[in-house]
Amino acid sequence: MRVPISWLREYVDIDLSVDQLAERITNAGLEVGSIERIGVAGAPLEWDRDRVLLAHVLAVRPHPDADRLVIATVDHGAGQPKEVVTGAPNLFPHLERGDLSELDLWAALILEGATYLDPHKDLQPTKLKGRKLRGVYNDAMLCSPVELGLGEDHDGVLLVRGDELTPIAGGRSEIVAGRPLVDLLGDAVLEIDIIPNIARCASMVGVAREVAALTGKVLRTPSTQVVQEGPSIEGKLVIETREPELNPRFVAFLIEGVEQRPAPFWMQHRLRLAGQRPLHVVVDVSNYVMLEIGQPNHTFDWGFLQRRAESDPGYDPGGPVRLITRLAEPGEQLTTLDGTRHELLPNNILVTDPAGALSIGGVMGGEESEIQDHTTDVLLEAAAWKFTNIRQTQRQLGLHSEAGFRFSRGVHPELALLGARRAAELLRTLAGGTVAAGCIDHVAQAWAPVEIELDPAYVNERSGLDLSPEQIAAHLERLEFSVEPSTSGRSTLRVVAPPHRIDVEGPHDLLEEVCRMVGYENLPSTVLASHLPPQRGNPALEAEEAARDCLVRSGLHEVITYRLTTAESEARLRDEEVSVGPYVELSNPSTLERSALRRSLLASVLDVASNNARFTDRLALFEIGAVFLPRPDSPLPEEVARLAVLLRGPRQGAHWQDGTDPGAAAGELDYFDLKGVIEILLRDLHLDGAEFSATEHPTYRPGRAAELSISGRTVGRLGELHPVVARDWGFDERPCLVAELDLGPLLGSASRAPVVTPIPVYPAVREDLAFLVDESLPAAALVEALRSAGGVLLESIELFDLYQGDKIAPGKKSLAYRVAYRSPSKTLSDRDATRLRGRLVEAAAGIGATLRE
Amino acid sequence: MSETSPETSLDFEAVQNRAEVALARCEDPEQLESWYYATLGRKGEVQLMSRQLGQLSAEERPIFGKRVNALKQALQVAYEQRREEIERQALERRLSAGAIDVTLPGRRPRTGTLHPSTLVLRAMCRIFGDMGFQIYRSPDVVTDEYNFEWLNMPPEHPARDMQDTFYTRDENVVLRTHTSAGQILAMREYHPEPIRVVLPGMCYRNEQITARSEIQFHQIEGLAVGEGITFADLKGTLTEFARRFFGAERQTRFRASYFPFTEPSAEMDVSCFQCDAKGCRLCKYSGWLEILGCGMVHPVVLRNGGYDPERFSGFAFGTGPERIAMLKYGLDDIRAFWGNDLRFLTQF
Ligand SMILES: [Zn+2]
Repeated sequence: MRVPISWLREYVDIDLSVDQLAERITNAGLEVGSIERIGVAGAPLEWDRDRVLLAHVLAVRPHPDADRLVIATVDHGAGQPKEVVTGAPNLFPHLERGDLSELDLWAALILEGATYLDPHKDLQPTKLKGRKLRGVYNDAMLCSPVELGLGEDHDGVLLVRGDELTPIAGGRSEIVAGRPLVDLLGDAVLEIDIIPNIARCASMVGVAREVAALTGKVLRTPSTQVVQEGPSIEGKLVIETREPELNPRFVAFLIEGVEQRPAPFWMQHRLRLAGQRPLHVVVDVSNYVMLEIGQPNHTFDWGFLQRRAESDPGYDPGGPVRLITRLAEPGEQLTTLDGTRHELLPNNILVTDPAGALSIGGVMGGEESEIQDHTTDVLLEAAAWKFTNIRQTQRQLGLHSEAGFRFSRGVHPELALLGARRAAELLRTLAGGTVAAGCIDHVAQAWAPVEIELDPAYVNERSGLDLSPEQIAAHLERLEFSVEPSTSGRSTLRVVAPPHRIDVEGPHDLLEEVCRMVGYENLPSTVLASHLPPQRGNPALEAEEAARDCLVRSGLHEVITYRLTTAESEARLRDEEVSVGPYVELSNPSTLERSALRRSLLASVLDVASNNARFTDRLALFEIGAVFLPRPDSPLPEEVARLAVLLRGPRQGAHWQDGTDPGAAAGELDYFDLKGVIEILLRDLHLDGAEFSATEHPTYRPGRAAELSISGRTVGRLGELHPVVARDWGFDERPCLVAELDLGPLLGSASRAPVVTPIPVYPAVREDLAFLVDESLPAAALVEALRSAGGVLLESIELFDLYQGDKIAPGKKSLAYRVAYRSPSKTLSDRDATRLRGRLVEAAAGIGATLRE
Repeated sequence: MSETSPETSLDFEAVQNRAEVALARCEDPEQLESWYYATLGRKGEVQLMSRQLGQLSAEERPIFGKRVNALKQALQVAYEQRREEIERQALERRLSAGAIDVTLPGRRPRTGTLHPSTLVLRAMCRIFGDMGFQIYRSPDVVTDEYNFEWLNMPPEHPARDMQDTFYTRDENVVLRTHTSAGQILAMREYHPEPIRVVLPGMCYRNEQITARSEIQFHQIEGLAVGEGITFADLKGTLTEFARRFFGAERQTRFRASYFPFTEPSAEMDVSCFQCDAKGCRLCKYSGWLEILGCGMVHPVVLRNGGYDPERFSGFAFGTGPERIAMLKYGLDDIRAFWGNDLRFLTQF
C-alpha cells in the first residue's frame, strides 16, 4: 500500500526523518519496501527552493502575435509581478477577465535555471533557459503536473484554487506567493507491504495509529460528524440479512442532490499519490474514505434502486426499497462495474433487491446500479463481511479490488458506521449533497470486544524481558488496548482489544504487541538453557552423506534436478516399471513440462547430461534424491531414495604431457569404469554380499547390463544405455554408462564397521594361473569356484588378463589370475602351494575350466 | 748441521706448488686419478723424494722426514677436497640438466564436486548440529493438514495467499510449500520430550520460473521445543548462527513479521556483506539482507504437535539455502541451481 507522508501527517505528528520513520515501522512489522520521493532531496526531480515557486495568478491577456499563446501575470513573491508566456489551455477561460486575484488561483512557476521534466523529450530532466518566444523574452515557465514529476496530467498547467490546496498546505496561511513548492507539495510515499496480521494498517489512519504508538504521539482521527438536513431515510429502505455470519452489519446513508464534478485538488492529489486515478467526486470520496480509515464502502444510484423497486409487481407504492443480502442462487449472474459478467457460485454473498443481484458483497458493485453521470441521489453502503468468505469469492471469480483486498483480510465491524458517516459528510461538503436524517444500521450478528486475561509472568517468561505489570499495561495502552487489573483477584491483567482489531485471540498476541512496542532490537539475546533433548542418530542420512562423499572422491559431480517432470519424458527410458505409472500428478502445474512427480531418477540425470553434452566431452554425474511412487493404500506416495550415476566420454582428461590426443590412448569410459565406481561405493560403505549378474532390460544395451543385488535383494541396474534411448535424449553414438539404484537397501545394511584383519606375519606364495573356459561362462562363476576351493588360504585372486583369439580354441576364453596363498599361522611350503593349486584346478575342472600350462 | 740447505727447502715448496697447480687443473675423476698416481702414488714424485732420505746425514734425516710427511699430508688433504669438489660439480651438472619449467600446468587427479545446495545445507546443519540441533527429514508430499491446517492456517486463511501451492489430483494432498510441514511430524514423534531439530528438504511453489523464483527450492527449518524457551533464546541462537555462517563481523537485526505458525514472528536480517551495510544493489540500498523468518511456535501449533502450550514453549525458523548461496556468492539467477551446468557446478 502506498502511504504519502503528507497524508499521514494529518493524523499524527512526525518528528523523524522519512528514512528513520521507514526503519522504525519496518522493525515493528510494517515493512517499507521502497520510498518514492517527490520534489524533495533524493527525488528523481528535485525542486529548487529558489526557482520552483508557488505563484498567484493575477491576470491573463492575449499574446499580441500568437492566438495559441497567452501572457499570464503572476505574483511570485518578488514584489514585482512576472509575465509568463504559456499555451496552457486551462488559462484561456481566464483571458481578459481583468484582475483575477479574487479567484484565488495558484500555479507552479519555475525560473530560469530550474530543472523540469520535458514532455517533448521523453520526460528528460531539462534546465529552463531564458528565450524569446514570439518577440517576448521568457525567463520563467508555468508548469504542468507532469513537468513537475507529479503524475501524468499535461492538459494544462497546475492551477489550483487556494481553498483546494489548504488541507495539503496545512493551513490557509501557508499559501503565500513565492513559497517554495517543495514546502507544499514535496513528499515521500512509503510502499508498505500489508502482510495478513496487519490488515488493520491497510489505511492511512491505520498506519498513523502504529506510528503514533511507536513514536509516543497522539493519533488525530478524522471527524465523523455528519450534518443531516434532509428528510429522514426512515421508511425508505429496509435491509434483510439472510446470512448473519457472512454479513454481520450493514450501514446505509442516503445523500440527495449531489452534483457530479471533479473532487477538489487535495483529494485528487492524495488519491494519485496513493496510486488511484481520480474520476469524479462521488467515486473519489468513496475511495478516499476507504484509503483514509480502511472501511470500503459502495455507492448505489438511488434513483435506479427506486425505479427497480417500483417496477416490481409486489412493491407497495410509497413503501421502502428492500435490499437483501444473501447467497447467490443457482445460475445467477451479475455484470460488475468493470464490465465483466460473472457466473456466481453458491457461496458468493450478494447485495440484492427482489429483482435480482446488485453487487457482490465486499468485492465489487454491479454495473446497472452504479453511479451515472445523471445520478443525483446516492445510497451509501458500508458493511461488514466475513473475510474467509470474501477471500474465497475473490479467488473463485478471479475478481480483485481494493475493497476485496481489505475485506478478505478482515475489517472490524465497528468501522462500518464510522466509514459511512465520514463518506456521507464528504459527499455533503464536496458534492453539494444533502444527507437524509437518520441512517440504516442493521446489525445481524452482534460482536463483542475480545477480552484476554494476561499473566504478566507469561510475557516475561516467553520474551526473556523483565517488565512490571504497569510497564506491560503501558505498552498495550499505546496500541489502544484497555488494561485493568483482573477482577478475578489474581495477579493478572484484564485486557480488552480495541475496536479495530480482529487479529487478537490470546495472550500470545499480546506478547507480540509488547515485544513490538519494546522493539525486537531491544529484547535480550541469550543462549538456549533448555534441557538438551535425547540425542538420536540419523544413520540413513549419515550413510547417504557418506555415499555422496565417496562418489565425489571417485570423480563424480553431484547434480540436483527437478523432481517434477512428465510421464512422456520418462517414457523415453522404455522402462515399463516407470512408464506404467501411476504418477503423482499436479492439478495446477505452472508449466506442462513439470506436471507430475518423477518415478525415475535416471531420466532427470539424463536431462542434465544431455544439456551438458553440448559443451562438455566428459560427463561424470550422480544424483541422490527421491522418486515418488503412489501406493494404493495411502493418499501419499512412497518417497524412495535413489542413486543415479552417469559416465560418458574420455576416461582421462587432457594433459599437455600426453600429446595432442591423450583421450585416445586412455580410451572411452566403459561399463567397467561404471562398475568400478559402484564397487568403490560398496567398499566404502562396507557392504557385503553384493552380486552383479547379467540382465536384459529395454533401457540398456543388450549384453551390457547388470543387475546389482545385495544379499539376494535386487537394488537396481547398471550398464550401457541403449543407443535408441540415448538417441532420444540427443546423445550421439558414443556409449553412455548409467546406473539407477535404490539407496534404502544399499544404505540400510551398510552401517556396519569394516572388518579389520591384522597385517600378515607370514609370507605369501604368489603364482599366475590361466584357465580356459567357455566364452559364455561368467568370470564370477570361476572365481567363486576357486574361492570356495581355496578357502582361507587363498588370500587374493585378481584377474590380470582376458584373452580371446587365434591362440586358443574358438568359443573359448582365457582368464589369467594372479593368486596369493597365505596362512595366518605358518610359512607355506612349496608342497603346500602345490597342494592348494591342485585343489583350485580340480574345482575349476568341475565347472569346465582347464588350466593352461 | 743444524740448518737445512736452501736448495732442499726450495725444492719442497716448488714440489707442493707444482702439485697444487696440477690438482686445480683436474676436472674429472680420471684426471684426478692420474694426478694422484703422478704425485702421491707409489712411483709418484713425493714417494721419489722420500727415497733421498738415505743420502742425508743423521741430523738432516728427521727434519727431512718431517717435511716429506707434512708435504704428503697437505697434498692428501688438497686431493680429498678437490675430489669432493669435482663430485659436487658433476652432481650439479647432472641435476641442472634435469631442470623443468615449474610454471607448466600440474596433472590434477580427477575429483568430483558436491552441488552448491548440498554444500550450503551441510554448512548450516553443521553449525546447528554444534548447538544440539539434530537433522530430521520428512516427506515432500504431504496432506493439507501438515502443510497448512495444523500450522494454524485453516482453509481460506489469508496467509495461504502468501504461498502459491501445488495441489495434486487428490485436492487434500499438496507438495509442501515449506519445511514447516515437518514440524508436526517431529513434534508428534518426540513429544513430550524436548525437541531440537533442523529439517532440511525440498519445497515447491507454483510460480513462474524466472531468475528470481523457482518452482522448487530447498529450505531448512529449525525447531526447538521445551520448557522455558524464550524469544531471547531465539535471538541468541540465530545471532550465533549468523556470526558463524556469515562471519563474526556481521550485524543482525530482528524485525516484526508474520507467519501463521509463530507468534511473535520475526525476520532476521544480516548486515549486507557486499557493501558492509553502506547500501548497494544487492541489499536494495537498505544495508540489510533478509536471511530468515522465525518466531515463537504458535500455541495452536504446539497443541497440534502434542505439547501443552501453557507448559512448553519453543521457537522455529526457516531459511532457503539457494537464496543464501545467491547472496553469499553474488549470483543473480536461481535457475543455475537446477540447470546443473558443469561450468557452474565445478566452481564451488
Ligand atoms: Zn549492500
